Amino acid sequence: MAVPAIELKNITKKFGCIIANNNINLTVNKGEILALLGENGSGKTTLMNIISGIYFPDGGQIFINGKETVIRSPKDSFDCKIGMIHQHFKLVDVFNAAENIILGLDDGKYNLKEATNLIKKICIQYGFDIDPEKKIYDMSVSEKQTVEIIKVLYRGADILILDEPTAVLTPQETQKLFAVLRNMRNDGKSIIIITHKLHEVLSISDKVAVLRKGEYIGTIETKDANESILTEMMVGKKITLNIDRTEPKDTADRLCVKSVSLINRNGVKVLDNIDFTAKSGEILGIAGIAGSGQKELLESIAGLQNVDSGDILYLNPKTGNNESLKGKTPVQIHQLGVRLSFVPEDRLGMGLVGNMDIVDNMMLRSYKKGKSVFLERKDPRKLAHKVIDSLEVATPGASTPVRRLSGGNVQKILVGREIEASPTVLMAAYPVRGLDINSSYMIYNLLNEQKEKGVAVIFVGEDLDVLLDLCDRILVLCGGKVTGILDARKTTKEEIGILMTGKKLKTDDNANGGE
Amino acid sequence: MKNFITNARKTSFHISKRSKSALPTWKAWTIRIVSVIISLVVCSLIIVLLTGQNPLEVYSAMIKGSFGSERKFLVLIQNTAILLGISLAVTPAFKMKFWNLGAEGQVLIGGLCCMVLMFKIGDKLPNSVLIITMLISSILGGIAWGLIPAIFKAKWNTNESLFTLMMNYIAIQLVSFAIMVWVPSGSSVMGLVNASSRAGWLPDLFGKKYIINIITVAVLTAVMYVYLKYSKHGYEISVVGESENTAKYIGINVKKVILRTMIFSGALCGLVGFLLVAGTNHTISKELAGGNGFTAIMVSWLAKFNPITMVLTSFLIAFLQKGAGEIATSFNLNTSIAEILTGIIIFFIIGSEFFINYEIKKTKKEAD
Amino acid sequence: MLWTIVSFIKAAIIQSIPLLFGSTGEIITEKSGNLNLGIPGIMYVGGISGIIGGYIYEHSVLTANPVLCVLISFISSLLGSALMSLIYAFLTQSLKANQNVTGLALTTFGVGVGNFFGGSLLKLFNESGSISLLTTGSAYKAVLPFAHKTGIFGELFLSYGFLAYLAIVISILASIILNKTRVGLNLRAVGESPATADAAGINVIKYKYLSILIGGMTAGLGGLFFVMDYTAGAWTNNGFGDRGWLAIAIVIFALWKPKNAILSSFIFGGLYIVCVYIPGLSSAAKEIIKMLPYLVTIIVLIFISTKNKRENQPPASLGLSYFREER
Repeated sequence: MAVPAIELKNITKKFGCIIANNNINLTVNKGEILALLGENGSGKTTLMNIISGIYFPDGGQIFINGKETVIRSPKDSFDCKIGMIHQHFKLVDVFNAAENIILGLDDGKYNLKEATNLIKKICIQYGFDIDPEKKIYDMSVSEKQTVEIIKVLYRGADILILDEPTAVLTPQETQKLFAVLRNMRNDGKSIIIITHKLHEVLSISDKVAVLRKGEYIGTIETKDANESILTEMMVGKKITLNIDRTEPKDTADRLCVKSVSLINRNGVKVLDNIDFTAKSGEILGIAGIAGSGQKELLESIAGLQNVDSGDILYLNPKTGNNESLKGKTPVQIHQLGVRLSFVPEDRLGMGLVGNMDIVDNMMLRSYKKGKSVFLERKDPRKLAHKVIDSLEVATPGASTPVRRLSGGNVQKILVGREIEASPTVLMAAYPVRGLDINSSYMIYNLLNEQKEKGVAVIFVGEDLDVLLDLCDRILVLCGGKVTGILDARKTTKEEIGILMTGKKLKTDDNANGGE
Repeated sequence: MKNFITNARKTSFHISKRSKSALPTWKAWTIRIVSVIISLVVCSLIIVLLTGQNPLEVYSAMIKGSFGSERKFLVLIQNTAILLGISLAVTPAFKMKFWNLGAEGQVLIGGLCCMVLMFKIGDKLPNSVLIITMLISSILGGIAWGLIPAIFKAKWNTNESLFTLMMNYIAIQLVSFAIMVWVPSGSSVMGLVNASSRAGWLPDLFGKKYIINIITVAVLTAVMYVYLKYSKHGYEISVVGESENTAKYIGINVKKVILRTMIFSGALCGLVGFLLVAGTNHTISKELAGGNGFTAIMVSWLAKFNPITMVLTSFLIAFLQKGAGEIATSFNLNTSIAEILTGIIIFFIIGSEFFINYEIKKTKKEAD
Repeated sequence: MLWTIVSFIKAAIIQSIPLLFGSTGEIITEKSGNLNLGIPGIMYVGGISGIIGGYIYEHSVLTANPVLCVLISFISSLLGSALMSLIYAFLTQSLKANQNVTGLALTTFGVGVGNFFGGSLLKLFNESGSISLLTTGSAYKAVLPFAHKTGIFGELFLSYGFLAYLAIVISILASIILNKTRVGLNLRAVGESPATADAAGINVIKYKYLSILIGGMTAGLGGLFFVMDYTAGAWTNNGFGDRGWLAIAIVIFALWKPKNAILSSFIFGGLYIVCVYIPGLSSAAKEIIKMLPYLVTIIVLIFISTKNKRENQPPASLGLSYFREER
């Protein structure tokens, strides 16, 4: 048998007391596409960062073309002809494409013109469409990814690693990318593609390696695999999502978003004529490719962004009045008597303050209460202990800074605080991202409890299975527009997928489900 | 393929951040204290090199120079109080990550404002009224100097560190201007003002100078500690300093907090300027703050914005400057040696933070 | 009148040279993402190291050779500012210390070193009087023999010591290296996004160290020009004044472009001495006119902050320390 292009043996990497990778083994041959499969937080990205020299492993060996190799820096990794396309693009915004592509090379003279010609050649060879002189800050996400791939090819990489390349792409762009990858494989290149989307694994790869919670589970040939085998390897046991979804009771309109549009600082229309109503006692899911306007929508409702047109109405259950939230700050919204809780996507950067302890984080939203100029920490302390106990937060105590807690526990603190404010509207953006299965289920149950209490819950999610099993209705966003609102009990993943890409459903039967 | 990535070294050092496993407090303090001790050793080596004296003698000269007599000790405490006062003044702004490098100018303008009153109407008002109007005008002057950069920071995010820095020099030129106008001889040095009437001079308490300055700063220390830790304003400052996004999320008006904090910070600097003119110098010069506006930034940073710790750091630096000054006089050297020693000590303390926040691990690799 | 203008322009150019060295040095440093507030201190040390080197040489020989005078003081100035820069680089890069605090401490230290040796050098050599390096000073001030015979042209363009031309050469060179070479591309990438540069295989720490070092040494020459050319080999304590801080302000005025720094420094140099050339000013009014450079800096700062052009912003990672395993 031929010598594998890259082989990993017993790779181990720890971050503090967290084991991100434990004894991982992996082999990729020339002219082969390996899919590295695993849930969020299973250690895929860490492993690939080790190969590309960003992290240094605590143990284990790496063999390149059969020769043991120590990769200490990204440069070592390049010298082994390894190229990585990161999930978060590593590009310099104020440089143009060509400058980014030749960045860090040291072969001969600096000649931007020659480089531009070579880039154009690569583009023709693989069918890329890019202007080498365009500045990165003017580019779309898919263009930036193209630059990243050309960058790696320009360096003559033989081993390509792509970290969740399709997360930001439309299905059409994904198909184009896969075609390019197949070309490269036929050229004899070795490709590792990191993903957690099963159908992509099955359509593109030759074999699949599975990680789970930092452990290596095994490698199988794709032709022997199917979705249920892979799911079992990925999550441990075969699970159908067991989320107890009750029928919505006594629903009433609670939040009415009317023709809302928002133009961001760069002049891009990030929300385009959004219309929907969130009802009490139900969970409204929001689906869409990352960056379709989810963040801006929630922030507009919460008073963090000023919408340019349209209106946001809150129907107060106590007074029966309609209150407009448009143009109001979070404080003004609170003063109107609107009980709006918001679990933002950026937990430590927005929802919590990492360097403050749990008690001080508990009072973030309520510290202003009372007329005293001094803080009142008694109630927040009680609240902290309540949240720690009821949500089983693993922490040394209530006076531990939250940045020292693990992701799941951080999220429990945040969700716990927002729920304890007894909201009438609860918005949560990607509340289970990076959480293990147990913590995720705890969050789902909390959201369901809130729904049963009559709260209008808005849930922004990325996992379609979860959206389908947890929500009552699903609103699909694409490019800042609502492309459909579906009845979660009747619709399918495929239908959501079609709407996510901005296409219309052929039959309009389900498009207004639940309205 | 080139083949140089094999096991060249058997062991190497690898640095990682202590995020989840912070050092216990006592260990962190041991590291800090050890770093101060090492820096003192380095300082003494330098002094020995320059003077050729026994280092122990040099240190005993420093201690004698600082504690040798009641008056010397009082001067040391007064110097500490002034440095501490400015450090406390800059702290709220720094905690908010507002890089105010203009304390020097804020103190100076505070001093100038009360000097105007002292010089011009010193004989027209009863002393208590004069002192109160001087205090108010100093505070207003400090506020103006702190608020102007803050307004532009809040409105257009104008770089505050350079803005405040330039404000220092404008204050310096104003003082030079005033002295030129007031001292017609062109000697450009202003002598003691109201030396005979002592109008506008802070009275001696318990028969001693500086006591009012020291008490004022002591009270200020306690107030600042409580303000930062237990007041709603202090809490808002922490949130804004940690993350502006969080501040917006919970509805803090970031601009308002910036303006309010800089008013407070500037007012305190103005107050220190008042103490320096009315309580210590009774005159004014460009050197009124004497670089303490910059040293205070380091004092505040080294104390991690904790007012109680600041008492220690400012005392350490005041002692060093006083002691080094003594050495310089007794060995007929230039007093700037104090700044050299201050610099060295600060280098060591900021360097030591690395060993508190990061850990160095040995990575072992078997050779083939 | 014409000769007043000529001598004003000439004086402005002479004033601008230390500022140009300082701001070019700071731009080189800032391009790698390091805000070095220690530049004023480095410039003091650059000056005093040159003095010390020159003094020791002039002191140890009977008749000093002008070429050796220049060579020795030049090299010792570079060594002094290199050592200062290394302190900053070690603390901020290897020990990840806060850049602002380290820079301020370095300035305190550097000004202290300058004034201490300036005031005590002769005492340490058991001499009295004040420092005055005649041979070295006049060697630095030497101009082409025909410079003064070519009228206004010669006065304006040829009548400076070699360091003045070196300052302009360095800024033009820095501009070319930053914009037209691979090293410059890599350096700009380090300052914009160190993580990107690191991933591209650029040795981020090496680039940062080198740019701090080269930037500091460039700035140090500003101090050397001041003591050797401007004051002709004499030292006065605090004589260099606040020029270091002005140099940092010029960086903003020049929009982080070394080429712009040439004209910016000239403007600031002019503002710095314009009070001498306005007839009939009282000494008090002169103090008010001396505010001009600072006021102009403030106005420019405000003006830049109200515009939002992408290319005119500071390097994106300015002031942040880089640590690879940040997670």
